[in-house]
Amino acid sequence: MAKSLFEEKLNSGKFLVTTEIGPPKGADTTEMVHHIELLKDKVDAINVTDHQSSMMRFPSLGGCLLVKEHGGEPIFQMTTRDRNRLALQADLLLAYSRGIGNVLCLTGDSIDVGDHKEAKPVFDLDSVQLLRMIRIMESGKDLGGNDLNHAPEFCTGASVHPAADFIEPQLIKFDKKVEAGAQFFQTQGIYDLDCLRKFMQYSRQFNVKILAGIIVLASARMAQYMNDNVPGVIVPQAVIDELASAEKGKGLQKGIEIAVRLVKTIRELNLCHGVHIMAVGREGIVPDILEAAGLGASVHG
Amino acid sequence: MIVAEQKPLEEIGRLIAPYEKVLILGCGTCMTVCGAGGEREVSLLHSALRVAYSRSGDEAHSFLEYTVKRQCDFEFLDVLVDKVKEVDAVLSLGCGVGVQVLAERFLDMPVLPGVNTSFMGASKEWGVWDERCAACGDCRLAETAGICPITRCAKGILNGPCAGSKNGKCEVNKDTDCAWVLIYKRLERLGQLDKMRRYYPPRNFRRPRRIVSKADINLGGGDG
Repeated sequence: MAKSLFEEKLNSGKFLVTTEIGPPKGADTTEMVHHIELLKDKVDAINVTDHQSSMMRFPSLGGCLLVKEHGGEPIFQMTTRDRNRLALQADLLLAYSRGIGNVLCLTGDSIDVGDHKEAKPVFDLDSVQLLRMIRIMESGKDLGGNDLNHAPEFCTGASVHPAADFIEPQLIKFDKKVEAGAQFFQTQGIYDLDCLRKFMQYSRQFNVKILAGIIVLASARMAQYMNDNVPGVIVPQAVIDELASAEKGKGLQKGIEIAVRLVKTIRELNLCHGVHIMAVGREGIVPDILEAAGLGASVHG
Repeated sequence: MIVAEQKPLEEIGRLIAPYEKVLILGCGTCMTVCGAGGEREVSLLHSALRVAYSRSGDEAHSFLEYTVKRQCDFEFLDVLVDKVKEVDAVLSLGCGVGVQVLAERFLDMPVLPGVNTSFMGASKEWGVWDERCAACGDCRLAETAGICPITRCAKGILNGPCAGSKNGKCEVNKDTDCAWVLIYKRLERLGQLDKMRRYYPPRNFRRPRRIVSKADINLGGGDG
């Protein structure tokens, strides 16, 4: 039996579409719930980010519960930045007990890039160790070697950075994540499809599903800012120039155009197994992107 | 060696404010080498404090200065017995270990820290110190080409770089080398990349707080 609805989709051979929601800064979840309602039937699963960029927010696990409550399929983004192995395991038990069956295992951005720079960075585990810990829990043990009264099960994912400027060490890390049991990968933002092609030539030897990360940019300035400040983002100059060529006030439209073009090409040329669309605070535009890319039909049922 | 930075003069002023007569105590080992609290720094701090107090018209405070060979070693503190009797507090320019050994040795004497002990490191150029060891108690430098990921990677992770590595630099600071890029390159150079491909399990954070070493000291008797 599949560990989750999303795992079933992974094994179905269909072109996969996931997206992500950033929880609010504060206790009002109205907007997040609105985005969940908007997206839940249009994508195969919704990631909920875990204090993305080390900015303190409503928790990923809480967001996943809301996704679940509203009938969506959540992917629990779990970083090792803020919780030690006890807290990670406890949250996994809670997630499983509430029907959350997918976990994206991440190390997480540094504390230094976020809005609580003086906080204690935890990093008791790294992403590879987190993946392995989940497999240990599935065997009925905790990381201390003690029996669990009920073993949880998760469909596990991880991230990979095909556009890294020094790819060899990243590929070693990728191999380790595959060996540790990652079933799917959502890549860091992809703009250069040759880079994706090259990575796929390498990764097709493994039985894992690759979803190309598509970050929707709203302006040349945002692209430059992300290049300079957001870990793992490399926007090529050609894309920045294209954004800059947009008429005033039409930057986002241009960004959507670029995203649609990428999604369409990836799907038409069957470059990888799916896409993961990151609208960075503009979750409302995701349905339009899917519609324009020919992926507008409901994915459920 | 242990590297520290002297606290700002204002903070030192606040620490010593309640005490009339203060012994400024340097340390002849690490603090001398890193320039935070050797004989020279004791003398400079003494002058700076005197100037500051005379400017503010404060005549209540007075100072003694002295530097011991090693504050972290009880046997080097006996020379202080008489000096400590003359003062109301000791301002230590030793590292955190030195301050604590002084406090244990002179139970009735307030001992104040004059430096912030920062890390164990090395100097690549004059006056510039870089952290190199976190004293984790489980040295794995054999697997990482002599470059410590615990100390030099912002996340201290063991299984390779995160995605934040760009142009060989760390996501935290564009001037800081990515430890994992350094490790990869040196392992490649040594023909040992297999070491990076291995899986490293979670760290053991349970490290010793006391080490009992029974050194075999030959005092000249016996068979020899």
